[in-house]
Amino acid sequence: MAKHKIKVKVQGAEREAEVESRLLLVHFLREVLGLTGTHIGCDTTHCGACTVLLDGQPVKSCTVLAVQADGREVMTVEGLEQDGKLHPIQDGFWQEHGLQCGYCTPGMLMTGYALLERNADPSEAEIRQAISGNLCRCTGYVNIVKAVQHAAAAAKQRRTTAA
Amino acid sequence: MALKTTAEVCGMGHSMKRKEDPRFIRGQGHYVDDIKLPGMVHLDIVRSPYAHAKITAIHTEKALAIPGVLAVITGKTLEQFNLHWMPTLMSDTQMVLPVEKVMYQAQEVAAVIATDRYIAADGVEAVEVEYEPLPVVVDPFKALEPGAPVLRTDKKDKKDNHIFHWEAGDRAGTDRAFAEADVKVKQDIYIPRIHVASIETCGCVADFDRAMGHLTVYMTTQAPHAIRTVFALVAGHVGLSEEKIRIVSPDIGGGFGGKVPVYPGYVIAVAASVVLGKPVKWIEDRMENLQADSFARDYHMTAELAAKRDGTMTALRIKTLADHGYADAAANPSKFPAGLFSICTGSYDLKHAFTEVDAAYTNKPPGGIAYRCSFRVTEAVHAIERITDVLAQELEMDPAELRLKNFIQPEQFPYKSALGWEYDSGDYPAALALAMKTIGYDELRREQAEKRRRGELMGIGISSFTEIVGAGPSKDFDILGIKMFDSAELRIHPTGKVIARFGTKSQGQGHETTYAQIVAEELGIPAAHVQVEEGDTDTAPYGLGTYASRSTPTSGAACAVAARKIREKAKKIAAYLLEASEDDLEWETGKFFVKGAPQKAKTIQEIAFAAYTNHPPGMEAGLEAVDYYDPPNLTFPFGSYICVVDIDRGTGAVKIRRFLAVDDCGNIINPMIVDGQIHGGLTMGMAPALLEEISYDENGNISGGSFMDYLVPTAMETPNWETAKTVTPSPHHPFGAKGVGESATVGAPPAIANAVVDALAHLGVRHIDIPITPEKVWDILKANGVAE
Repeated sequence: MAKHKIKVKVQGAEREAEVESRLLLVHFLREVLGLTGTHIGCDTTHCGACTVLLDGQPVKSCTVLAVQADGREVMTVEGLEQDGKLHPIQDGFWQEHGLQCGYCTPGMLMTGYALLERNADPSEAEIRQAISGNLCRCTGYVNIVKAVQHAAAAAKQRRTTAA
Repeated sequence: MALKTTAEVCGMGHSMKRKEDPRFIRGQGHYVDDIKLPGMVHLDIVRSPYAHAKITAIHTEKALAIPGVLAVITGKTLEQFNLHWMPTLMSDTQMVLPVEKVMYQAQEVAAVIATDRYIAADGVEAVEVEYEPLPVVVDPFKALEPGAPVLRTDKKDKKDNHIFHWEAGDRAGTDRAFAEADVKVKQDIYIPRIHVASIETCGCVADFDRAMGHLTVYMTTQAPHAIRTVFALVAGHVGLSEEKIRIVSPDIGGGFGGKVPVYPGYVIAVAASVVLGKPVKWIEDRMENLQADSFARDYHMTAELAAKRDGTMTALRIKTLADHGYADAAANPSKFPAGLFSICTGSYDLKHAFTEVDAAYTNKPPGGIAYRCSFRVTEAVHAIERITDVLAQELEMDPAELRLKNFIQPEQFPYKSALGWEYDSGDYPAALALAMKTIGYDELRREQAEKRRRGELMGIGISSFTEIVGAGPSKDFDILGIKMFDSAELRIHPTGKVIARFGTKSQGQGHETTYAQIVAEELGIPAAHVQVEEGDTDTAPYGLGTYASRSTPTSGAACAVAARKIREKAKKIAAYLLEASEDDLEWETGKFFVKGAPQKAKTIQEIAFAAYTNHPPGMEAGLEAVDYYDPPNLTFPFGSYICVVDIDRGTGAVKIRRFLAVDDCGNIINPMIVDGQIHGGLTMGMAPALLEEISYDENGNISGGSFMDYLVPTAMETPNWETAKTVTPSPHHPFGAKGVGESATVGAPPAIANAVVDALAHLGVRHIDIPITPEKVWDILKANGVAE
């Protein structure tokens, strides 16, 4: 199996590795870099547990090869907290009980984060649409929607205070 | 229930933010696939493409030639150690790996162990198996016909495919009541196979230490202690002794019943670790999970209800054929082969009832386990709540009115049902009245009538269910002989902080928070200072685990009782410190004080410190207690759900416009968590009602074996659930609570099915089997000439 040298920026830091052509990005993150926050829940790109950001776009990392991430930027759940401070999306999930078993949560957080990056004030329908590629078996989504709304409101508050 | 504690203490009734969440929102949960041990190798499984076939040869040479492949294990390997078969929880047997034949598509055939999971998968591809196909039995009715191929040829005296017959109630009395009835209705109701599909699949890391003969298994299990004992019993003959087995259940990504059984993969991983002397990881993929792990349901029911002309129900009869696949691998209490199906008289004061279940072997995966419900309760509730609506239709009576007429009345509790259960408490009319008022039932009926005139299809469905959870009292409830108590062990540290350990195992239910709140309620120690641990058999007290909504009724109760034992000792210490008689002391959350002199008080923290620094002469030091709680009865949560649907005449799609769940789970520990449980349960009730099904063609080929066609609800189909509560405390539970995690899964399917049938009732529709797919609805619309 051919090996390739890749350079990937993960949470802003350059990481280098030699990987097999067939290595999936999710396995690269979990097993080569030890970032086990990104989970695996299916083999058909349906569940979204493995969602990470690739150049800012949410992707299902079980359907991206590690070599495709060469020269690009990846952000995982481990990159959300900054300087010991939770990102509003993380806090929103905690405050609104947006998680139970926690397994789909990292993927949900990354999808929610990406949504708020492009739409600071999403409607319920827009939130539901955005997370429709992420399956949750525990929460029934009601509190996940609230969690994203909570994060949007918190971010807005933060902007108002700053201004 | 009025709050007894401050927000700082956070006892019962506070919506405390979950203590487990800080790790999950940071991606620092610790699930089984996150475990990486030095020298760890990977296991992958070769599976059968046939549903029934003789294995004539397994060629492993090509696989073994792949660099990195360490071993291939087959049934013959395990046969040397007599580990190729294992017992199921229902005292049947199932294969770990086959020696002679396979019994279902996707059955384990061989296992490849390699240095890396990709190489293990290469090895699986390279194993060549020769099969000789055998006749396949898919239909359980045909399985029981004379002349059907006998599937369990391993059982020497087995001449047919019948597994068991079970019955409850008075057959003759029920028959008489039917003979005398003014009105009788009868309906075939099928609940298909479904799968819990927790987002985390199953897996383990088995780590056998050859030098010490010690086995540690990190494993996705809802019942670690029972698993340890099962391993000791099954593998005792190869030298595994229970004190040298440690089962660790790490964070679990959803269980719902699917992580109760022992699957072959776990056993093969253990065997591989023993053979290789290395840690072996096995993580199944989603398709393996859906195709081979225990299924739920698959009940073919015929329900009959008899009534007087005025709507008074007089008798219920349900006959069921259960399709168990090739082995009865259900996870029921041993004395209950059909689980608690005899709760099927539901919320109604039925004087006569009889129910019987027969089970058959077929060429399908073994089961059936629960799908977020107490043993077969969903099947029972679906039958009674559907047939009740069929009766309402027959009588041209409003389904709410029919229910109100037949409910067991609040003053009848404790109520002995015709099938033998003693319902502990309930107020069914109150729950339905609240639901009808909150959703505006009468207004909805008016809207429906108006829409029907315009040709629009709108339906309203009710389900007034009674659950039976918290197994269970030791006189009736055991699994393989182990009584179904559960446990709590509390230790108060000198500074008044707590470590609390339990025999249960959370899979998302929030035990780290709710158990801490129980301690806070009972002892006044802030929940923030109660560290909850579960899942490690080396440290936690023995218990039967978390499923069937049993944690709060059993371990939660044990927690309160253990805390009360601690309070008894604390009282003695307080009396010593205050130089007062115990009889003169009174407890107020968090402290003992002298009656009439409240300034003379000792807080629980002061008492805890004294327990280690200044304990009374003659008394043992320390402040801790253990309780193994044997519940005197089960708990009977209930509720009334109302669902409003609109049906698209162009596509047959059913849209849930509103869904209100009124639940009663007695006293509530954490309202936020209870609502979360109900939201999730409702979604897992909607799933089989509208979307999910696993079926097989005549050759035993699976449909619904991946997320491509097994339709787990997304945020798009899932409505914004509405919830409300009534509170009827359990009279026998230490703090009046009942289980709640599964009520909604049980109560929701008939509410949805009843709503859809109601929308189509004027077309003569009386019943539709779930899942009610757009295709099924569209066929009905087309047949009645109302499709657009």
